[in-house]
Amino acid sequence: MIRNALGIGVATGAYGLSFGAISSGAGLSVLQSCVLSLAMFTGASQFAFVAVVGGGGNPFAGTATAVLLGARNALYGLRLSSLLGLRRRARPVAAHLVIDESAAMTLATESYRSGRLGFWATGLAVFVLWNTATLIGAVAAHALPGPKELGLDAAVPAAFLALLAPRLVSRRLWLVATTAAATGLVSVPFVPAGVPVLLGALVAVVMGARPPPPGGATGGSG
Amino acid sequence: MLWGAIAAGAIGCYLLKLAGLSLPRGVLQDRRVGSVAALVPVALLATLIATQTFSTGHHLTVDARAGGLGTAAAAQLLRAPFLVVVTLAAVAAALIRLAG
Repeated sequence: MIRNALGIGVATGAYGLSFGAISSGAGLSVLQSCVLSLAMFTGASQFAFVAVVGGGGNPFAGTATAVLLGARNALYGLRLSSLLGLRRRARPVAAHLVIDESAAMTLATESYRSGRLGFWATGLAVFVLWNTATLIGAVAAHALPGPKELGLDAAVPAAFLALLAPRLVSRRLWLVATTAAATGLVSVPFVPAGVPVLLGALVAVVMGARPPPPGGATGGSG
Repeated sequence: MLWGAIAAGAIGCYLLKLAGLSLPRGVLQDRRVGSVAALVPVALLATLIATQTFSTGHHLTVDARAGGLGTAAAAQLLRAPFLVVVTLAAVAAALIRLAG
């Protein structure tokens, strides 16, 4: 279990390197990149935030995008709370570690004990390696030439693609993805930077308000 | 302003995590909540990919980033690891710019 947790930690560490580099490319300082990783600590939201800021959007449009993406962590928490049996005082600490990886490790195990161990081991391993890697990536990118010469602007959508691909497990999810992407693109010339992404999210709300029959699409964990 | 947005985002994301651990499970039983919550990440990620690749400011464009995204998609289809997908996209875009 501990070895699995460390393995996941190392994998997300690699991902943290790219976050640090992309964040620097978007114009954030090393300190700002590191504070995002320490305090926000949820990868997809962080990538989305720096993408909106780097694209010239209002930083608070970045905030809205990040928080919307972070909503899935609330769903993980709902499923985790009974499995973890947390004391009141442990809850605020545990909450910070509720992310894709720790939720997946906990929900994948069968027993109460290994589930708890999986949660804490994975959460802490990812936290340490993610933050270390962010610092290294951010410092390295600041020492190198401009973000465009390195192709860092193309690395951002590639990172989102790698996050999205495993979620596209049904036709309905493909339909949502393509409709949202088209809506966002069409709106680009007409609305302030950062807003097209929020319009894309609106597509999910409209389409999600009419749920498919039970047993249909789910796309939560990753 | 950037610091304010970072703080607001971090607080918002943390409160969502805490709410998940604190709220009664019944909230999940509402199928609409579950359905919207499952679709939002997909819609957001897809929109981010599209706008980050095909727009500059208020203009729709096709440039080296599209080549990068195509490379990433191919790598993803071959089940390459995350860092490989991202690095190949960056290298492809940088090479296209060098050639152009």
